[in-house]
Amino acid sequence: MNPNLTREVYAPSGAMRLLETAAAWTLAILWMLPLLYAVWTAFHPSEFSARFEPMAPVTLENFTRAWDAAPFARYFLNTFALVTLILGSQLILCTLAAYAFARSDFAGSGVAFALVLAQLMIMPDVLIVENYKTMNKLGVLDSIPAIALPYVASAFGIFLLRQTFKIVPKELDDAARIEGAGPLQILLKVYVPLARPVYLAYGLVSVSYHWNNFLWPLIVTNSVESRPLTVGLQVFSSTDQGIEWSIICAATLITSAPLLIAFLLFQRQFVQSFMRAGIR
Amino acid sequence: MRRSSATLNAWLLLLPAMTLLALFTHWPALATFIDSFYSTPRPRRGSAFVGLENYRQIIDDPIFWQALTNNLFFAVGTIPVSIALALVMALWVNDRIAGRTLIRMAYFTPTVLPMIAVANIWLFFYTPQYGLLAQVLSSFGGASHNWLGSKDTALACVTIVAVWKEAGFFMIFYLAALQQISPHLGEAAALEGASRFYFFRRVQFPLLMPTTLFVLINAVINAFRTVDHIIVMTRGGPDNATSLLLFRIYELGFGFWDTGLAAALTVVLLVGLALTALAQYIFLERRIHYR
Repeated sequence: MNPNLTREVYAPSGAMRLLETAAAWTLAILWMLPLLYAVWTAFHPSEFSARFEPMAPVTLENFTRAWDAAPFARYFLNTFALVTLILGSQLILCTLAAYAFARSDFAGSGVAFALVLAQLMIMPDVLIVENYKTMNKLGVLDSIPAIALPYVASAFGIFLLRQTFKIVPKELDDAARIEGAGPLQILLKVYVPLARPVYLAYGLVSVSYHWNNFLWPLIVTNSVESRPLTVGLQVFSSTDQGIEWSIICAATLITSAPLLIAFLLFQRQFVQSFMRAGIR
Repeated sequence: MRRSSATLNAWLLLLPAMTLLALFTHWPALATFIDSFYSTPRPRRGSAFVGLENYRQIIDDPIFWQALTNNLFFAVGTIPVSIALALVMALWVNDRIAGRTLIRMAYFTPTVLPMIAVANIWLFFYTPQYGLLAQVLSSFGGASHNWLGSKDTALACVTIVAVWKEAGFFMIFYLAALQQISPHLGEAAALEGASRFYFFRRVQFPLLMPTTLFVLINAVINAFRTVDHIIVMTRGGPDNATSLLLFRIYELGFGFWDTGLAAALTVVLLVGLALTALAQYIFLERRIHYR
């Protein structure tokens, strides 16, 4: 009754085990190499950015210079507003839609569900030209809502929550109804609390996706007031004035730091969330 | 009566999501299709119906064929390699090797970093003379090479970045699936005297098929929508050697403001994606009948 029996029966042993461990570690170091390289460059004066001397002086100057060279504080604020707006609206819209799909077999539910799932193939990332026209007509170009709008009704979120709501026991639903709860009350008091781990998983996936998203924000934004971090970093590092690599590396780390730190602190939750979001 | 009120309720719940989906998914998909038959509006003249003219121009455009070939190369380079790597990573991390938590973290870290940020790091990595790659090679006596500036190596370089970025992400799904395989199977196989490789080939791998399908669909979609690093590292160059379909759409739509051509190319990309999804579904569905 040992849960690790498989691993023990077929775990590598002896020389094989040594070889496998060595290979796994080699790949891990290779995988981390670009990041370690960026960390080295960012924390040392620029003359050491391509020279690896263990005694090279450590400095934070690259970070302060990068921070002063571009409005990163504003970009942070924009990205923060963007992911909050997207996640907040996604949670509300997807919960309502998922509830409709999970609970009742209503007229047109099959067609409606197919229309939702269509978004998994026809992604907003590909429809950039038409969505740009729409934003132009709505007069919201160069604003944070313009970045958010195409992603708010998320087929992935609706699908994920629908699957979760479907396995909520019917008895709980009936009991709440007998006590006189209306449909929305049942949703809030019965379904939503039971789906909490799925909300966490979806939230982490959504935040990391939109924190990192680049092409669409690059297209619809045009000013410091609406640019998220990713676009700000690109504008900063692609100017032709020949910015030093050490400063670009520092800026790169600044941009990635919040997610990276959150990931290092909550590794287990991250990994489990991505797993949970993928399996259903 | 009861059913009709349930239907009304359900549609009310769906209304906000459906409105946004209609506005930003269904309508633009349809509009792309319609626009692909119209010429691009210019200041002096509006857009006019031109039939298949946009498609003809695309077919006559050597850059389209180059972008398509590049994209197929990019897909063939990223999909099997990242899936195979993901599987190997998952098998390793699933075994009790020393420091597996650290190793798992190392594999997964690229997933949480912005592509645009890591593309900057890789850009430096590939830089001739100063970059890490050039330094390692020169210490072995290799000549300096402009990896991203040369037509022969640029596409391979951006392909490697994409593999590096997504392999750890796919590993997670394999890891989850491996942990769900009942330990009794291993026990039984060992009693029958199956070798480790035989156990993997005949038990673990078939049981992982649904995961492989899921990962495969994701990998295919990624192969046609990952362009962030192209914009940072090469801008499609040198000489369109790294131009991918979505990058070409971006270039046509927002570089040349030729929305008619961009619409036609978007239709080509969407049809291509739909056909591959269908093919995968039909081909793989037949092999996954358990579960």
